[in-house]
Amino acid sequence: MAEVLVYVDHVDGAVRKPTLELLTLARRIGEPVAVHLGAGADTAAATLAEYGAVKVLAADAPEFADYLVVPKVDALEAAYKAVSPAAVLVPSSAEGKEIAARLAVRIGSGIITDAVDLEAGDEGPVATQSVFAASYSTKSRVTKGTPVITVKPNSAAPEAAPAAGTVEQLAVAFGEQATGTKVVSRTPRESTGRPELTEAAIVVSGGRGVNGAENFPLIESLADSLGAAVGASRAAVDAGWYPHTNQVGQTGKSVSPQLYIAAGISGAIQHRAGMQTSKTIVAINKDAEAPIFELVDYGVVGDLFQVVPQLTEEITSRKG
Amino acid sequence: MSLRIVVCVKYVPDATGDRHFAEDLTVDRDDVDGLLSELDEYAVEQALQIAEDADDAEITVLTVGPEDAKDALRKALSMGADKAVHVEDDDLHGTDALGTSLVLAKALEHVGYDLVISGMASTDGGMGVVPAMLAERLGVPQVTLLSEVKVEDGKVTGRRDGDAASEQLEAALPAVVSVTDQSGEARYPSFKGIMAAKKKPVQSLDLSDLGIEADEVGLDGAWTAVDEAAERPARTAGTIVKDEGEGGKQLAEFLAGQKFI
Ligand SMILES: Cc1cc2nc3c(=O)[nH]c(=O)nc-3n(C[C@H](O)[C@H](O)[C@H](O)COP(=O)(O)OP(=O)(O)OC[C@H]3O[C@@H](n4cnc5c(N)ncnc54)[C@H](O)[C@@H]3O)c2cc1C
Ligand SMILES: Nc1ncnc2c1ncn2[C@@H]1O[C@H](COP(=O)(O)O)[C@@H](O)[C@H]1O
Repeated sequence: MAEVLVYVDHVDGAVRKPTLELLTLARRIGEPVAVHLGAGADTAAATLAEYGAVKVLAADAPEFADYLVVPKVDALEAAYKAVSPAAVLVPSSAEGKEIAARLAVRIGSGIITDAVDLEAGDEGPVATQSVFAASYSTKSRVTKGTPVITVKPNSAAPEAAPAAGTVEQLAVAFGEQATGTKVVSRTPRESTGRPELTEAAIVVSGGRGVNGAENFPLIESLADSLGAAVGASRAAVDAGWYPHTNQVGQTGKSVSPQLYIAAGISGAIQHRAGMQTSKTIVAINKDAEAPIFELVDYGVVGDLFQVVPQLTEEITSRKG
Repeated sequence: MSLRIVVCVKYVPDATGDRHFAEDLTVDRDDVDGLLSELDEYAVEQALQIAEDADDAEITVLTVGPEDAKDALRKALSMGADKAVHVEDDDLHGTDALGTSLVLAKALEHVGYDLVISGMASTDGGMGVVPAMLAERLGVPQVTLLSEVKVEDGKVTGRRDGDAASEQLEAALPAVVSVTDQSGEARYPSFKGIMAAKKKPVQSLDLSDLGIEADEVGLDGAWTAVDEAAERPARTAGTIVKDEGEGGKQLAEFLAGQKFI
């Protein structure tokens, strides 16, 4: 059976959920071989094996952290040459897309980004994408070279399928470009203790209607009552009420949770682009004409300062 | 020596229009008004600021696109860029990101550059891959997704806000930079700028000028194929209630019914 390379997204060996989704999807095409760069391969290997990795190709070097993107491309290219895979799957993060893009140029292969589903086809893997602010759904294939495909978070439910997951060292010779862009310093983001926005099963977002940073705790309390991540519209972010890392939409994160709750958000096309594929959509907005109501499964026309606290209280008391 | 800045800008269908696919499953560019991708305005803005801070700089805006893409170039010129290059060829119809990056790379080599500035993603395709591909093809550093950028002493520095961390980056010129919409509001063209833009030079190049064969680009040369494009079924109309004092409780009831509580 053909092998499929899966690029592992992890924090010091703690494998992030989108990688487990990739392993699950990779099994539809072939045998997943995970590529783990940086520290923690031995820790990660157990999880990767549980989700179907037959092999874990591991490389660790300071270059991965000290220089931007290119060292990782060099390593993925080395893995590609070692394995001759049927496809290469990479998580659709900002960095993941850049790694995939450069690999595709290097190996002379076509690339598909932001797939939301993947199936085996007669002429290679078929990727489903959602385009034009999710108003269309397309099915595409790579027609030249080895398909390089980036896959969005929440595209599949991770399914365990234990395999060997043998760790093998991957030899990487860094090219001249590898040290071109130096990471001079790095300030890690403080953890909020809430789920990762793109991975969360539930997202609660606030917009201009929240009317001030001082009111965002209202959104956070609702999110916490549901174990949800917090999102924000660009209007709320531009006003400085919430960090840009939490922005949902075209120039922020694209989310696809089981449940998306929008409070005080009008539903502009650029916002919809980042949340329209959510399974269930709920909105609270005082304007009955707000375009967000065209998308909802359930909408409340009302003042969020009344509705949100009542909802939070009701959830908290029901959960007891 | 003058700092040669080239800004890559794309002409895209208006996102607020009714965008759809043509019969050959390429983006239909006929029925929807086009414009300079809003995200590329940020790239033009940063180029203008870098040029203002430099002793001597020249800004060229570069696009690969149909005849109408001249509108995007004019807009960038009216914001203050000095000259424009338009790569236009019938054989380019249907070119994908790999092909576009090939044409842009050849055009950049043809025009000459010290600093290439792109937007973070085009607002239509939105892959966000062209800047990385350009850096790979040109063999120069990639300093991408910057929300802050500065050029000094032959070096480009900037801040990249990633998911896990915020990084300070540094690379020597020549380099490919891309900037996000957090990099700073783009200026509006002034009346004077609009008038001046009419007199600024726009050079047209075709594939043969760049030494590219027709089969390397276009729909037939594409590395990917779209087999199906289906309009997403409209979401079935949901329940909408007006809050009469119990809106929060009604919503909780709905969420409980859906097993979210
Ligand atoms: C290139 C580009 C990229 C963009 N990218 C993004 C993006 O990634 N994400 C994004 O979100 N936007 C993006 N935008 C901006 C987008 O066009 C909208 O401007 C933005 O989404 C509006 O945010 P909003 O819905 O919070 O604000 P508004 O549109 O001002 O809506 C606020 C809503 O709150 C309601 N409201 C007010 N008070 C209350 C109250 N007390 N109770 C209940 N409801 C209330 C109002 O009725 C209104 O509907 C982008 C724009 C461009 C041009
Ligand atoms: N046809 C094009 N002409 C000029 N620049 C482009 C073109 N396509 C993409 N770009 C540049 O590459 C960036 C990223 O585009 P994309 O990878 O298509 O999302 C854009 O913001 C532009 O700066």
